[in-house]
Amino acid sequence: MNAATATIARPPAPLGFGYYLRALLQETRYEFIGRMRLRAFSLSVIGFPVMFYALFGLMNGHTPYATYLVATYSCFGMIGACLFGIGVGVSHERMQGWLDLKMASPMPRWSYLVAKLVSCAAFALIIVTLLLALGLAFAGVHITVMQTLGLYGVTLAGAIPFSALGILIALLVPPNAAPAIINLIYLPMSFASGLWMPLKYMPHWLQNFAPVLPAYHYGQLALGIFGYAQPGPAATHWEALATFTCLMLGAAWWIFSRSETRA
Amino acid sequence: MSTIASPAAHPIAAAAHPLRQPIAQLYKVTRRYGKVTALDGFSLELYPGEVVALLGPNGAGKTTAVRLLLGLLSPHAGQVRVLGGDPREDLTRTRMGAMLQVSRVPEMLRVREHIDLFRSYYSHPLPAAEIVRMAQLEGLENRLFGKLSGGQKQRVLFGLALCGNPDLVFLDEPTVGMDIESRRALWDRIRALSASGKAVLLTTHYLEEADMLASRIVVIRDGKDVAHGTPAQIKHQTGGRRIRCITRLDADWISTLPGVVTVAQDREALLIHTEAPEPVLRELFAADASLHGLEITSAGLEDAFLSITQSHAPNSQEVLQ
Repeated sequence: MNAATATIARPPAPLGFGYYLRALLQETRYEFIGRMRLRAFSLSVIGFPVMFYALFGLMNGHTPYATYLVATYSCFGMIGACLFGIGVGVSHERMQGWLDLKMASPMPRWSYLVAKLVSCAAFALIIVTLLLALGLAFAGVHITVMQTLGLYGVTLAGAIPFSALGILIALLVPPNAAPAIINLIYLPMSFASGLWMPLKYMPHWLQNFAPVLPAYHYGQLALGIFGYAQPGPAATHWEALATFTCLMLGAAWWIFSRSETRA
Repeated sequence: MSTIASPAAHPIAAAAHPLRQPIAQLYKVTRRYGKVTALDGFSLELYPGEVVALLGPNGAGKTTAVRLLLGLLSPHAGQVRVLGGDPREDLTRTRMGAMLQVSRVPEMLRVREHIDLFRSYYSHPLPAAEIVRMAQLEGLENRLFGKLSGGQKQRVLFGLALCGNPDLVFLDEPTVGMDIESRRALWDRIRALSASGKAVLLTTHYLEEADMLASRIVVIRDGKDVAHGTPAQIKHQTGGRRIRCITRLDADWISTLPGVVTVAQDREALLIHTEAPEPVLRELFAADASLHGLEITSAGLEDAFLSITQSHAPNSQEVLQ
């Protein structure tokens, strides 16, 4: 064996900031590349909100509804990226032993999840950009630069609560069932939260039920940028999302530690 | 007190372990899953430069032992020490590498990208070209993982285990799905690892693999160490030879001869497992002049393994009788 593989006496140097930054960047980069190449994921997660907007947004071009849908389909896209990217992704990697192999390496534990979150956010950026391009070019949407920045900001903030939901799903649902279960949560929740059509056109009981759903508060924040939100302060929506995040992470933590002691 | 006592204690410890300090150690470890005890006061030591094979039937506790050493599990009793630290800490894990049984690896990344990613987990990784060479992945660097054959996938996993230039390598069933040629090639790589001073812990169900590679074998059953030693010692424990011959004699009568352990029918012949073949043969020749097709072989590791694991399973023996 040559010199390069011989045991070299190495001091157990503490790992510096540069190491952690590099590890996170690489993890994020390859998470994103892998997801992008997975057509079943990238085409559906980007394709569905964009296709829906091309149908319903352009159909209602030059009306307030065209702008309304840019905001809500942005949220819809982010939620999809998080639930499918993290919910299905982590569930697979956990059950198939890949996560174990990573955990047996010195990979910083947090960078695994942060990389997935950032990768989902990158997908959301693509979705928002495509929706804005469609809206501005073909649906007569007029919005200010500040509104554009606000939309990007609010959409990206959604990465945190919905990644938390994705983690909880990944821990609860076996990989084969994950896509079906996620669709059962994702699609009805999006509809009932007013992400596909304004809540005022929906039955009363559904309007009263909506505030229970995190996607409702998320959608309201995005709509608030354009003045289409239901009356009420935006702070309550932020609070609702923060509470939801804590609940999801708490439940995930509880389930994870229970499975650790049993497994 | 302690300053006076310790210099005296050291030479004794050094004499007891001429091979230096163990690089990894399980000390009287007990680990349960619910009510099932996977490891029961199990101890194991690994020294630099040796290949230890952990052998045992399914559910014996092999994987649990490996997972404890990798820091993926915590023991309920006993101690786990790896490279002078706790394997549950990131810093300890920078000096070990693992090849685990992974049913599926992200398929849309290229071989070179997988290596690049795992290299980023270590502060002093091996150069990528070196990993490619050691795992014999030349020419496959740009292939998507999903497009590789079973053997090639195993080689990528082997390469990932080496990314951090580890002093301690865990190989869990490393040659599953490989053809004979690539299996032998991987054996050469594993021998090269231990020749360069790395400690290797191998779990396998290919007894031939353990026989070819291991400097030491630990046989584990029901979470306990039931036998350990060099492959030769393990084989010697059951000792004995196997006699195969075609004879008119009754198998039941042969089994009453002194020194005969088991008698079994093998197609047209009888297989006689015995501690000492000579007296048995004398009796056989005397009783049956037409005896022919005689073969005598030494008991392989497989026989030793079966006899060790079965002799510790009273239930299965009762069933057999």
